Amino acid sequence: MNLTDKINITGITDEGLVRDHNEDSIGHNDELGLLVLADGMGGHKGGEVASAIAVDSIMQDLSNALPLITTGKIDESTGYSLESMLIEKAIKDANFKIYTAAQKNSNYEGMGTTVVVLLLYDNRITIAHVGDSRLYRMRDRILEQMTRDHTLLQELVDRGFYTKKEANESLNKNLVTRAVGVNSSVDVDLLEDIALTDDIYLLCSDGLTDMIDDDLIEDIILNHRDDQEKMTRELIKQAKDHGGKDNVSVILGNVLKEFPVNSNWINKFFDIFS
Amino acid sequence: MATIQISLNGTMESELPLNTDLLTIGRKSDNDIHIDSLAVSGYHAKILTVMNDSFIEDLGSTNGTFLNGEQIEKNALSDGDIIKIGKHELKYVNANAKTGDDFEKTMIINTGTAGMQETEGSQQIDQSVGKIVAEIASADSGKSSIQKARIRLASGANSGKELALTKVLTTLGKPGVQVAAITRRPTGYFLIHIDGGDNGEKPKVNNEAIGSKAHPLKDNDTLEVAGVTMTFLFD
Repeated sequence: MNLTDKINITGITDEGLVRDHNEDSIGHNDELGLLVLADGMGGHKGGEVASAIAVDSIMQDLSNALPLITTGKIDESTGYSLESMLIEKAIKDANFKIYTAAQKNSNYEGMGTTVVVLLLYDNRITIAHVGDSRLYRMRDRILEQMTRDHTLLQELVDRGFYTKKEANESLNKNLVTRAVGVNSSVDVDLLEDIALTDDIYLLCSDGLTDMIDDDLIEDIILNHRDDQEKMTRELIKQAKDHGGKDNVSVILGNVLKEFPVNSNWINKFFDIFS
Repeated sequence: MATIQISLNGTMESELPLNTDLLTIGRKSDNDIHIDSLAVSGYHAKILTVMNDSFIEDLGSTNGTFLNGEQIEKNALSDGDIIKIGKHELKYVNANAKTGDDFEKTMIINTGTAGMQETEGSQQIDQSVGKIVAEIASADSGKSSIQKARIRLASGANSGKELALTKVLTTLGKPGVQVAAITRRPTGYFLIHIDGGDNGEKPKVNNEAIGSKAHPLKDNDTLEVAGVTMTFLFD
């Protein structure tokens, strides 16, 4: 199914005001309803290489594989949809490519990247992520962070060493505990959910979330609901107005219409008690 | 570098640099800080240090660990904090803490192998950081393996019937009346509202309607979807 007229996707990646090059990469395939964002790090040019490999490889893998499966089918052994399984595999493949490239070229040694992937299919979504790039959803005028950062800080908060407030003042803000490409294998967090009309999905690098808080992100989205291009530019602009110390990237996906495989998709809700 | 100044009755007995990632405090002689007092447990507390930040954690001691007068299990330390263990006072001194808004590049901690894979610019990370993070990550809360769960219907024609939550996303309800879903995320199980029918009502957890955000589920929570009551249970 072609989702071009059902999901409106816009994205911008920007160097910011301080860095001399952009280590973020973004990509989207509007027909497939696929959004991919990566924030690279390490090495001389390693960061931008790692994030570019990740985005290209994941986009390519999924463009090849997704048309071959039955949309929304569940893998019996894991309980995940086939889409989720393919996304996980695509990220693991990207991990292998980056890891191998780093082994071969000393300039790339130790490079890695975060990645966050959103796929929309059959009125559902799969979110996959590694690292501290995030995915938010705006629904009913409320913004919800759907991914959980893989950072030392988040681990410390989860384990009760820090309150959220203390965490914001910590010096260890930018230590990522998981990244794509630094080891021969990588653990991917996968999440499935239902998409509803008017949902707005935001994928972003920490260049956005380190500069502006969730309340401001929520305001920007609410204030520009009628103009998604402007919403996208405004998020970047605000990150820069608040320091712009890192590369900043956003991709927005707005659900304009339902996109069920069957027109009576709601009748599939019979997992229990019909 | 941060230090710990150890005092008894207002007199400083010694000062120790926090140059290791893990420092233990206790009555037994193999502790890094050895306090020979019956008020102190064998292994009483530990201090974890990650780069420029340190954390105190009580190790289930008999008489407790106090931070600035308050009993704590674990807490971040800030310059000047007083840790009290038995009759001894340990002052955390870290003049370099909170250097303002030095914006640092993101770095990767490699927990897969000992030590740190990557450094950026002049930043040098202690080789032990990876180990410490691995230890913090492996401590208690067990996030990696999500337990299996099921729901048991508590009302309606199918009362008593159970449904194992084998799928990552399980949808519940009656189309046109109310539809919800339970989703298994890396952080646990959540109930999400999908469709409230004509009156837009949201499903309830323990008699309270949930919001638009995903609602985390606990063992034995009572859910109400489309007028049917059910219990969420971990296996």
